Amino acid sequence: MKLNELTIKEAEDGLRSKKFSSVELTIACLEQIKKYNKELNVFITITEKEALYAAKKADKQLNNGTIEQWNNSPLLGIPIALKDLFSTKGIKTTAASKVLRDYIPPYDATVVKKLKDAGAVIIGKTNHDAWGHGGSGENSDFGQTKNPWNQEYVPGGSSSGSGASVAADMCLAATGTDTGGSSRLPAAFCNVVGFKPTYGRVSRYGIISMASSLDSIGHLTKTVEDSALILNITAGQDVHDATTSNEKFQDYAKNLKNGVRGIKIARPKEYFTQGLDIQIKRLTEDALKKYEMLGAEIIDVSLPHTEYANPCYYIIQPAEVSSNLAKYDGIRYGFPRENFGDEAKRRIMLGTYILSAGYYDTYYKKAMQVRTLIKQDFDKAFEKVDAIITPVSPTPPWKLGEKINDPLKMYLSDIFTVTANLAGIPGLSVPMGFVNELPVGMQILGPQFSEGLLFQIGHAYEQISEWYKRKPKL
Amino acid sequence: MKIGIFHVAKLANLPLKRGEKENFEKQLFEILSYVEKLKGVDTRNVEITAQVTGLESVIREDETIPSLIQEEALSNAKSQHSGLFRVKAILE
Repeated sequence: MKLNELTIKEAEDGLRSKKFSSVELTIACLEQIKKYNKELNVFITITEKEALYAAKKADKQLNNGTIEQWNNSPLLGIPIALKDLFSTKGIKTTAASKVLRDYIPPYDATVVKKLKDAGAVIIGKTNHDAWGHGGSGENSDFGQTKNPWNQEYVPGGSSSGSGASVAADMCLAATGTDTGGSSRLPAAFCNVVGFKPTYGRVSRYGIISMASSLDSIGHLTKTVEDSALILNITAGQDVHDATTSNEKFQDYAKNLKNGVRGIKIARPKEYFTQGLDIQIKRLTEDALKKYEMLGAEIIDVSLPHTEYANPCYYIIQPAEVSSNLAKYDGIRYGFPRENFGDEAKRRIMLGTYILSAGYYDTYYKKAMQVRTLIKQDFDKAFEKVDAIITPVSPTPPWKLGEKINDPLKMYLSDIFTVTANLAGIPGLSVPMGFVNELPVGMQILGPQFSEGLLFQIGHAYEQISEWYKRKPKL
Repeated sequence: MKIGIFHVAKLANLPLKRGEKENFEKQLFEILSYVEKLKGVDTRNVEITAQVTGLESVIREDETIPSLIQEEALSNAKSQHSGLFRVKAILE
């Protein structure tokens, strides 16, 4: 196996037992990037010099340090990619938009600082839908990212580059954001694990904001265990982000191997209606049967306001987007507003209209009330069950260009994922199989701050289904 | 529902080209028609949810902590003058 094909856990073991160095591991990733980035268009910026410098530093610590010191740097020497919404000091950060095409942040996002302090080697900034606006990667101002499994198809979005980079073994993990499914969807479409934390579990400071009450900071990895290892680093209260929680945590991987005996998992009927692709439905039912085999109890529930979640989201999100993107006026940074792409302009105008005098009550206030009902649906369900499982997407990955001329059609791909953002709950997307040789995923949703349980449930299925062992033919 | 697209664009400070008007107006109309679905929900006596954390009054001590120095703050400004951001004149 090539070094860049390892998981974080495997790489950690290998580095600490001196089977290979961080420099060798990093070079393996960089070579993979050099080989395939042109055709897949995964990275906007490749930080080769900085990565090798960090890898050399990591090797010094690995050679001279003690086990105790290593344990203080759990990601020591591990190459990680960052979605280009994450501010990196001294390194171009574009939000995949022409507006910020030359912007160099003077500071690191909190999550970036935490990853670096944990010893991670930052390998580059990944491509995505500009400003996070999209579910396919096609709204990037720097060209579309292709799905490594079939280059005529979308990799999912908005964290398209992050999904593709992990699937193509260009790095061992990649960060993402998830405002309406943007970490879970590309993970599902790329056969990797996508994670969305509870709102407020991970600091949003320094990460270019989309919709402030919906944004959450996630990551994409090859396995569920790796996902827990990353959350151990990124989680925590931050003085710079007043919406972060002081909810304590120890080790998100602690209960990973505890299995699912006695765990109650809900199957919400509204996610299995006629709009769902028949093959995805079958794969999800198969997964639920596997959980039953492993000792879980599958319970049918109803989340009655599900059909209103997407329209609710497409009122609240553009409204908050229009406010957050008002700061881009070309004065302190960036280029003037005519540089916004079409999707950004659409959402800004939609949000402006929704918040304008005479329409606020009709749209925004109404949506905020519906949001309460959606959250209550989940609260009621979680009184009866420990977790909820649904497909991530109603369809498998679609062809590049298929939905680009119909924005509303594109928005409909979010119907299953936006609910978690509205309710502020965590979600874990795990590979669930293939439809016409394209990856699809299921998501495991839980109450706020139940991330440890989600990893436990996800790991159980992952280990018996072994979808993660499949690699795309590049 | 007529959307005054030029009015909205002006409020949003988004310069629109003449040719863009029809397309955006049509798309915005379609999206608004879609979200109007919420009209079918009974929200009488339902509280609004503005944020899901339940946190209130998150404050810190009023102490000066390190921030950006002037050079850093100006480092991406395309128009600056004597250590200040330069903007277009708004007064005669």
